[in-house]
Amino acid sequence: MQKKIGYYPGCSLEGSSREYSESVVTLANAFDVELVQVPDWNCCGATAAHNLNSILSFSLPARILAKAQEAEMDTIVVPCAACYNRLTMVQHELKKNDTLRAEVNGIIGAELKCDIKILNIVQFIQMFVADFVASKQQFLFDKKVACYYGCLLVRPHDVLDFDRTEDPQSMDEVMKSLGANPIDWPFKTECCGAGMSVSRTDIVGRLSGRIVKEAADRGAEAIIVACPMCHSNLDMRRPALEKAMGEKLTIPVLYISQAIDMALGKSQKETGINRHFVPVNISLQNRVVVPEVVLEKTEEN
Amino acid sequence: MARIGVFICHCGENISATVDCEKVAKVASEFPGVTVSVDYKYMCSDPGQNMVKEAILEHNLTGVVVSACSPRMHEPTFRNACAEAGLNPFLCEMANIREHCSWVHEKSDATTDKAIDIVRTLVEKVKRNEALAPIYVPITKTAVVIGGGVAGIQASLDIADAGHKVVLVEREPSIGGHMSQLSETFPTLDCSQCILTPRMVDVARHPNITLYTYAEIESVDGSIGNFNVKIRLKSKSLDEKLCTGCGACIQKCPVKKIPSEFEQGLGKRTAIYVPFPQAVPNKPVIDRVNCTYYIKGKCKVCEIVCPTKAIRFDQEDSFVEVQAGALLLATGFDVLKTNFFPEYGYGKYEDVIDGLAFERLASASGPTKGEIRRPSDGEIPKKIVFIACAGSRDPAKGIEYCSKICCMYTAKHAMLYKHKVHEGTPYIFYMDIRATGKMYEEFVRRAIEEDEVKYIRGRVSQVYEKNGKLIVRGVDTLLMGQAVEIEADMVVLATAGIASPGSEELAQKLHVSYDKHKFFSEAHPKLKPVETNTAGIYLAGACQSTKDIPETVAAASGAAAKIAGLFSNDLLKRDPLIAVVKKCAPPLYSSCTGCFMCIPVCPYQAIDKEEIKDRSGNIIKTISHINPGLCQGCGTCVAFCKSKSIDILGYNHDQVCAEVEALLNEW
Repeated sequence: MQKKIGYYPGCSLEGSSREYSESVVTLANAFDVELVQVPDWNCCGATAAHNLNSILSFSLPARILAKAQEAEMDTIVVPCAACYNRLTMVQHELKKNDTLRAEVNGIIGAELKCDIKILNIVQFIQMFVADFVASKQQFLFDKKVACYYGCLLVRPHDVLDFDRTEDPQSMDEVMKSLGANPIDWPFKTECCGAGMSVSRTDIVGRLSGRIVKEAADRGAEAIIVACPMCHSNLDMRRPALEKAMGEKLTIPVLYISQAIDMALGKSQKETGINRHFVPVNISLQNRVVVPEVVLEKTEEN
Repeated sequence: MARIGVFICHCGENISATVDCEKVAKVASEFPGVTVSVDYKYMCSDPGQNMVKEAILEHNLTGVVVSACSPRMHEPTFRNACAEAGLNPFLCEMANIREHCSWVHEKSDATTDKAIDIVRTLVEKVKRNEALAPIYVPITKTAVVIGGGVAGIQASLDIADAGHKVVLVEREPSIGGHMSQLSETFPTLDCSQCILTPRMVDVARHPNITLYTYAEIESVDGSIGNFNVKIRLKSKSLDEKLCTGCGACIQKCPVKKIPSEFEQGLGKRTAIYVPFPQAVPNKPVIDRVNCTYYIKGKCKVCEIVCPTKAIRFDQEDSFVEVQAGALLLATGFDVLKTNFFPEYGYGKYEDVIDGLAFERLASASGPTKGEIRRPSDGEIPKKIVFIACAGSRDPAKGIEYCSKICCMYTAKHAMLYKHKVHEGTPYIFYMDIRATGKMYEEFVRRAIEEDEVKYIRGRVSQVYEKNGKLIVRGVDTLLMGQAVEIEADMVVLATAGIASPGSEELAQKLHVSYDKHKFFSEAHPKLKPVETNTAGIYLAGACQSTKDIPETVAAASGAAAKIAGLFSNDLLKRDPLIAVVKKCAPPLYSSCTGCFMCIPVCPYQAIDKEEIKDRSGNIIKTISHINPGLCQGCGTCVAFCKSKSIDILGYNHDQVCAEVEALLNEW
């Protein structure tokens, strides 16, 4: 039976990171989930809004939540870690602060209930994909991978209540279930440089360079991410990273949705990996036919 | 006819600044039954008390209302004054117009009116008060001390030296606690075991002390003066009377690779073991979880080699019951462990250890014989990073408090390391240096100046392993927040001090209150630091909050002095404000219907059944009976009694209803 849930792609997934959106939609379809976009959605405000104007930084995400509420969506999936963070933070603040909620309601012309379940991509996978992946998996993701969570997916813990802030494990668990071998490494939640990408590419080169080099040094064959900002810094800015590190870095960067899509046997076009700047030269082994054996092997990893 | 005296206190300006005391006195003088009503600046002063006494004598008063501060403050003062003037002290009541009125309201007519209302309710109550006599209960002059660390040892010796019996209960196989694990102690660097072990031996030899090790408190009933404590003696699988402590069993035990709790996992022990060579008692116990015989059903090597045939594989836990007048909690603390610090790799990297483990490394009796060698490969570390406040003062980790001892022991650790490894470099990341004891600041300065310990003010964000080194990333907040990265060989975390495991369970068994961190709560943070809210139960040492050795010993001696003080009387005088089952003339005898709802709800097990018999011994009626020695006057039974047959003396139904009516009725 087809399940329907709300979907807020956000600006990045329409532009520079459209492959992320493509892979998420592919993934959802593969597991009989229909992603319904929040009608008439707008920008979440990102970093810019809360630097400029506090009330604007509440109103922008609030309007998105109001539109979802209007469309009677009880759950929305937000693949972009920054959008996920903003939406969750705003819903949390508005829920506990009656004065602020009244003010924001006035601005956006709605009555927010603040009870929408907001899922990040990993939560979406845990909820709709993880239990069924074994039945649909065609290839074993038999690689050493470095799961990179970034800043926004797991912080602040008090509000998001997702995974643990230091040394998170949720993406590692997902990758393990695909047959991958996630490495133990220290930079899972290091900052990639984020928005400095535009204004101070050299800083991003240094920060992201460290992350990529550390993953490569520890033998990872791919970096797995869940944030379009992190992805563009680690992937698109690779020349700046290489300049800062003074060496060639060839390790590809995949969204976690793409990694699952690949294991499902989806094409380059469906996963969107053809759009990456750093080529994804990963070929996966066919999954052994006898399911029990595969399961055992997965557990060992 | 009641003749009540009302005495309104100004409490300097504490009351008179917001309440018109003269008006209160004037209005109160017109209450029915009030004979005299006056106000005075300081009623608790000598002249004030004399006013009360003189009025009692002059007007032959039948009741006194002192309208002043909280009864917790001065009720005893005024009751004594009344007693001196010949009035039964329980005919004196306090009307609290300070905490309940003047301190919490602005100056206004309404505030004065409220004070008048408060006085009126107490006047109505005191009219109905009855003369009561205090209850005397005999005191069992034995103290049960729970926990055999330095606090329990000190308190036991002090109480025993005062001539009273002590039963010391320790759950580990040996007394000594954390202090026996420490290498040297700050700020003198004297050897911890050298000062502790003689005291441990004193405990074992003292004629007034009975020592139960490997034992836990099973249950406690009774109350101050007369506790009944049931102690579970966990099976040691050994006949202690036969065992000579020769150690042959320990040498031959084939299970040799169990991480030693005493060595913080850095050393190994056997399945039959004594925790450390200086243990008291120096007789082994069998760890049944790891013993081959208990796992597989065969082995018994220890039984074969034992020259006195002291091993008892089939021994079961046994129980002893002890009558005690007082209990002392001295259960100590623990340090935070497990993977509480994923960012520091604690539990993941062998060379990231906690402070207690470092104590064992630095100890002459430790697994490395006092040489600082890192656990992973036994190399001597060239750089050690010490991280203070690992978990402490960190609301994100759920621990807001300062663990208090870490600044000092971290300075000591760095110093000991430097003394043993001259070419080594110790770094300490800290938030603040809190060195507030005697000679403490000097000690820290010595670490910085003489031993060249590198103090870096800032937090560490991360410790990770790379190429065999532990990379410590932090910030130096004194260098404008500059990032610092140190390639260390070993990292020592001064993890937060936390309540000892099992504290919550024990507190519930003893009806002692505890805070959200499971540390036991003192009765008053300043004036009753070694008492709990439960009469007759005292506390000492780090079970209350983390404390260093001098503070712990001081608290232990303080608690011991309190207990010795309690034991200096043969009888304990208690307020008679207890519950009684009302009785009346035959043929009813009592309105109690014998439903006995009160029995299960009594938290003190003070209620049993009483049979009313006629002259020939036939039972006419069975009613509840409250043991005055056990009743604490909590009133739970009163609320449960359907027939209103139980009253609390001093707070009976008439009195309380009169108070409520006085408040509600227009006057």
